[in-house]
Amino acid sequence: MAVPTPHHPAPPGDPVEEQAPPEERSSRPARPGAYLARRFLRFLLSLLLLVTATFGMVHVVPGDPVRAALGITASPELVAARTHELGLDLPVWEQYARYAAGLFSGDLGTSMISGLPVSQTIADRLPYTVMLALVAFAVVMVTAIPAGMAAAAWTRGGRGRAAELLFTGASGLLAVVPEFLLAVAMIVLFAVTWELLPVANVSGSLTPSYYVLPTLALAVGPAAALARIVRVEALSVLSSDFMRTARAKRLPARLIYLRHALPNLLTGALTIGGLLISGLVAGSVLVENVFVWPGLGSALVEAIKAKDYPVVQGVVLVYGGAVLLVNLAVDVALGRLDPRSTIKED
Amino acid sequence: MRGLKTPLGAAAALSLAFLLFAVVLGPILWGDDAIKVDTMALAQGASAAHPMGTDGLGRDVLARTMVAARPSVGLALLATLITVAGGLLLGGLPAVLGRRAGRLLNGFIGLVVAFPGLLIALVLAVVLGSGGRPAAFAIGLAGVPAFARLTQTLAASVAGRDFVAAARVLGVGRTRMLVRHILPNIGEPLIVQATLGAGGALLAFAALSFLGLGVQAPDYDWGLLLNEGLNRVYVNPAAALAPGIAVVLAGLAFNVLGEYAAQVFGGRSPAARGAGGSARPVPGDALTVKDLRVSYGPAVPVKGVSFTVGAGERVGLVGESGSGKSLTALAASGLVEPPGVVAGSIEAGETAMVFQDPMTSLNPALRVGTQLAEVATAHERLARRAAGRRAVARLTDVHIAAAAKVARQYPHELSGGMRQRAMIAMGLMGTPRLIIADEPTTALDVTVQKQILDLLREVSDSTGAAILLISHDLAVVAQLCSRVLVMYAGVIVEDLTVERLVAGPAHPYTRALLASVPDMSADRSQPLATIPGRMPSPADPVAGCPFAPRCPRAGDRCLTAMPPFEDGVACWHPIKEVS
Repeated sequence: MAVPTPHHPAPPGDPVEEQAPPEERSSRPARPGAYLARRFLRFLLSLLLLVTATFGMVHVVPGDPVRAALGITASPELVAARTHELGLDLPVWEQYARYAAGLFSGDLGTSMISGLPVSQTIADRLPYTVMLALVAFAVVMVTAIPAGMAAAAWTRGGRGRAAELLFTGASGLLAVVPEFLLAVAMIVLFAVTWELLPVANVSGSLTPSYYVLPTLALAVGPAAALARIVRVEALSVLSSDFMRTARAKRLPARLIYLRHALPNLLTGALTIGGLLISGLVAGSVLVENVFVWPGLGSALVEAIKAKDYPVVQGVVLVYGGAVLLVNLAVDVALGRLDPRSTIKED
Repeated sequence: MRGLKTPLGAAAALSLAFLLFAVVLGPILWGDDAIKVDTMALAQGASAAHPMGTDGLGRDVLARTMVAARPSVGLALLATLITVAGGLLLGGLPAVLGRRAGRLLNGFIGLVVAFPGLLIALVLAVVLGSGGRPAAFAIGLAGVPAFARLTQTLAASVAGRDFVAAARVLGVGRTRMLVRHILPNIGEPLIVQATLGAGGALLAFAALSFLGLGVQAPDYDWGLLLNEGLNRVYVNPAAALAPGIAVVLAGLAFNVLGEYAAQVFGGRSPAARGAGGSARPVPGDALTVKDLRVSYGPAVPVKGVSFTVGAGERVGLVGESGSGKSLTALAASGLVEPPGVVAGSIEAGETAMVFQDPMTSLNPALRVGTQLAEVATAHERLARRAAGRRAVARLTDVHIAAAAKVARQYPHELSGGMRQRAMIAMGLMGTPRLIIADEPTTALDVTVQKQILDLLREVSDSTGAAILLISHDLAVVAQLCSRVLVMYAGVIVEDLTVERLVAGPAHPYTRALLASVPDMSADRSQPLATIPGRMPSPADPVAGCPFAPRCPRAGDRCLTAMPPFEDGVACWHPIKEVS
């Protein structure tokens, strides 16, 4: 308590205000329907922002985007033809209307470089990225929850100080090392030095062994972060009264942990796991580039380098839309599990 | 520095030293080696001459990694600067713009912040083009929404506080309010966030350069070196590892700096949490104060106070605002903070404090149970679970129903009376010999006041703890205490039993104080009795009795000489008769 002045002013607070602070008044959960409607409106607004940003992106690029994409050797006629083809000679609002209308019909434009429809590029690449993200997500959930629970059981009630130090130290370190550095380190160790696993696929077929390193690189950081959270959650669950009751019933350890503790952890772990997905989306861009993975992330970076704006627009739309959908799903799930989260923020 | 004691913290502190060394001296020491093309040693593996091997032109990878520290860290700091500047602007604007525009801007920030920073940075990289500075802008701008959100949240939390309300009442303009009142009070968490953000910017920059969208050859930073190293990873794996290790170490260095800043600002160091140095346990009396003086420069609000609180005794310390009673209590528990200077001797047993406003005395971000339990974990090294159990037991002791539930709740979920009970329970987590309660009932309504006083009495009876109750309210003191100390202008003017207080005190000030308390028989057609005049300022030197200028019985001697403290009263003309 700071006592900056010798006088200790003691104005008695308004007792009514003291008894019922504003948070208490507003902490009644809103009706579920109203919350869902508000949350969905927010999703639509975010989507509108995303569409506008991807559209605007091309229009704020300095210089002529078509010229930049085709290179300085392209003839003026070709540039003019491509500009007309892309509709870039129309008024901005008309271009925006065409862009938005195109999105609804699944037309994302045409690549400036390859001339292929962007939607086809995405359709070709997306499955690889989704597979990578899903496998990584599964790895996160399957490793982090047991690891966190085991750490909690081990370090419960101040026991196993050394184990606690080891766990918090190792997981803390792994959680801050970025995925692309981890990917490089794993390539050096497992692919180059020990020659255990393949890195980049050149033949075109992805056997399961190709998945090992990319998914690990993508999953280790989020798994470490989640395991830390699960441990803290598990510690409080394990010290709860119902756990004492469970132990008083002399249940075997398997039942105590799996039947009594796990369900109480799962809601929180799944919620945070859902939030980790948007982190996985961003991380996958880097990991795909390290492992030359034929997914959207590689396509995005290639397109940025080649100034292939329609492809950049389409891929960013897919990534951004995925993040927004995941956030929406997490919030809706959270709202069902914990009504307090539906309180209006302002 | 607690961080240094953990292995992770020690490693991070080391990496910070490495970072400073590389940034300052890297280009000077290795600048020549980094550009020296050795055609005899193209793309070699690690050797004695080249510990991390050479690149495609035969340049030493280790030297290039060391030289790259300066651009890598420099560009990360540039990006952080952009993030902070943009975040402060965007996050502070809602406070300046007014309600409608502010809400609109907040909503916009809320929408943008949902997208991953790297995705925003990639889009911006498209617009801004590739290269070191454009990438720094892309990363810096990508961090703006999150920083703005933090600024705005913190500003909103400060905007509700009393001093901002006071400034608003005084007609302070919005911009001035933001710059003078709000930003200084949220600066510390923002600095912590900026430091951690610098680490994030460094990693993001490495990522962007690694993808080929950041720094462009012939310039190079760690990300670009990593890219080059990975392309030849089968020839020389060390060339990919060296910049990677550098990035991780630099990231850790920024992290530990942020953690350290958080510790310094948050006052979370163990020393700051201690109960204070002057209080040490003694057998016998619960509290002995001898010639206590508390001064703030020339002002001396407590001018030589001596008293004893016996074991289990309940003593009231009364006086009007500014008499020095709260400061005496704070000094007794070793809580006077600089620039206040405490002189004199204080001997106290284990002491618990109960403060005036239970709303602010409990940490709103921590569960009630956690706040109780940390007393036992910190002082008795009690395991977390046992401490939690004790917390619930103590909450039960103070008659909180469903104590286990309350322990899991946050303070805002409790009523004022419940919170004060929780504060008392917190004091009981140890085995206090003395409970110092500073206006414990002032912020509560009357019925709750009585419950809290009853609780304090019960706790004192059952644990044998003495109580020092600080109050301006004689009625409250009379309900709980057996003895009363009356303070005026930094000195104790009378020390008397409650019976004597009711029957008729000897000091004219105590009498005047008593007369100003309305009771049921008070004539409501008359104005309330007040004491004419005002108390001397702590900064003014007083030669005689400080009450003399306001005292109806004062004589010449009263104005020139301070009366000695004899028979429980410091007065030249004590009132002898009992009313």
